[in-house]
Amino acid sequence: MKALWTKERLPIIATVVVCLLLYIAAGLAFPGFFSLRVGVNFLDDNAFLGVIAVGLTFVIITGGIDLSVGSVAGASSILTAVLIHRSGMHPVLAMFGGIGFGLVLGLLQGLLIARFKLAPFLVTLGGLFFARGVALAISRESVQIEHPLVSTLASEGLKFSKGVTLTWNGIVFVLFVVLGVFLARQTRFGRTVYAIGGNPTSVGTMGLPVTATLVKVYAFSGFCAGLGGVIFATYTASGNALSGTGLELDAIAAVVIGGTLLSGGYGSVIGTLFGVITLGIITTAITFQGTLSSWWSKIVIGGLLLLFVLIQKGIEKTGR
Amino acid sequence: MSRRPWTFALALLVAVLVLNLFFTPGFFAMEVRDGRLFGSLIDILNRAAPAALLALGMALVIATGGVDLSVGAVMAISGAVAAGLVVQPDGFVLQALGPQSVGAANVIAVVAGVLCGLFNGLLVGFFRIQPIVATLLLMVAGRGLAQLLTNGQIITVPSDAFATIAIGATLGLPNPVWLTAAMALFFGGLTRLTALGLFIEASGDNPTAARYVGIDGRALRLAVYGLSGLCAGFAGVIAASNIKAADANNAGLYLELDAILAVAVGGTAMTGGRFSLFGALIGAVLMQTVTTSILTRGIGTEITLVLKAFVVVAVCLLQAPAFHEMLKRRRAPA
Repeated sequence: MKALWTKERLPIIATVVVCLLLYIAAGLAFPGFFSLRVGVNFLDDNAFLGVIAVGLTFVIITGGIDLSVGSVAGASSILTAVLIHRSGMHPVLAMFGGIGFGLVLGLLQGLLIARFKLAPFLVTLGGLFFARGVALAISRESVQIEHPLVSTLASEGLKFSKGVTLTWNGIVFVLFVVLGVFLARQTRFGRTVYAIGGNPTSVGTMGLPVTATLVKVYAFSGFCAGLGGVIFATYTASGNALSGTGLELDAIAAVVIGGTLLSGGYGSVIGTLFGVITLGIITTAITFQGTLSSWWSKIVIGGLLLLFVLIQKGIEKTGR
Repeated sequence: MSRRPWTFALALLVAVLVLNLFFTPGFFAMEVRDGRLFGSLIDILNRAAPAALLALGMALVIATGGVDLSVGAVMAISGAVAAGLVVQPDGFVLQALGPQSVGAANVIAVVAGVLCGLFNGLLVGFFRIQPIVATLLLMVAGRGLAQLLTNGQIITVPSDAFATIAIGATLGLPNPVWLTAAMALFFGGLTRLTALGLFIEASGDNPTAARYVGIDGRALRLAVYGLSGLCAGFAGVIAASNIKAADANNAGLYLELDAILAVAVGGTAMTGGRFSLFGALIGAVLMQTVTTSILTRGIGTEITLVLKAFVVVAVCLLQAPAFHEMLKRRRAPA
């Protein structure tokens, strides 16, 4: 029993080790990489990705997938921006609008997946199309947000020292990691999520609420995607219907690199935090390097993803 | 004999065409100019060709119980290889191969597509990685690779020979239509005249049972994903030839989703097993007919995205046993 535990812990250990090694390597290669400011920016710059990845972690632990998160974030960002800019709505209400869109779409997807046992991959593929279509229908042009509250959210927050601030966006990310850890570890909901991923058939026989839990999981993922879009809108002070294209891949990569098994049943929100930071280190290091183009980050992330998926396969083979 | 799997798609296609007959004047008009046919219907077939090609490969992949998300990115790679080899721009990675004729460049580009497909097949078949994840890798990294090949530039090819494959016509019909038809015949022969189709259906329906009767699921998957890569390679060459350029960011973007949709509408079971190549072709033509109809009516293209979403969900629901049970209960209240 004990030995099996360490085997199953290997993904998260590998994640932390890779994350630290990358950080040290980048720190030694580029002067100024070890500064507190760069560290804080990992949380700030990746807050939208991080929040989405936390929601997606639960989906993947149940053995499902949510491909709609990138499009939902895009739709949420443009909806929030249009509500503030054109309708003159208060930003807080507009943000609820963006988050609400994600929540409702996630709920609908969850109902289709849980109630009618449709393939999560296909339903959320439909969600991907739908949200992008809605986003483009709202506005094809990028919409600026000019509101003091929005710039406050993106520039102020916890001041560590002069010039080093964890903005409200980053704080929300950290809070969501804490919330995610709490949900996964301390609640009946969290235990059911792990159980569904482990063995959906026996969970039903045990009388656990499979359908209701699955609906909640997809609704939560939609909620997180909506919030991610809102954070992206405040971070860039604008909304764009095409923002978040391909973000679902980054989010899945972050979750998998964070040690969550794609076959379901095993994973952790803390791991996802490390996954997001690992992606952040890669993109930041490529920016620091200067001459490497941005597409290298896609290739490196793809390669890292391959490495982790192969590690997971190795564990599954030897572990059971 | 039960209902043929493609009946639903064909009925929808006929319905859309009839609607156009009444509401779009000149939809069925056709004329011969410079020895080739022109008209909305020909245009639909021509534009549906890349998605139809992808759908052929995708149908086989889905029949084995998998999916290939990477085909759009593979199109970008093959387009970049084809255009880059002809033009040899600064910073092009394959400069070592030297400048190539259009024909040779296209062949190498299709081979690059096959290699990408074989990589997917290796991961799915031999490393037993879930198909969504295995092909997701190339979907992420593939566009990066394509940009690496083109050095982040859009490579324009100022050559009429390069445009022939997409813009030219043979015996009155556009070349992409011929290419798709030839590929459909090839796939049809491969799956129905040999045992390959039977093996695919057996392995997709019940992998364990298929292994017990001696079907090598690993080699089978390697072959099927390779074929999907072949289709993506051809589609990428057509896409690049069509605009006389390789655009690593936008070539084939979201086309993997169109292909999956075409396969699903065409009656292939999304859970693996039964597949219909004819249905996949009809599905691809149906999607393009709807898109063209919407465009000619002057409605925004974003509506097509929303429509596609509803089609995906509707097709899934129609295939879902749980949905049928619910309908039955509604019809016969206790």
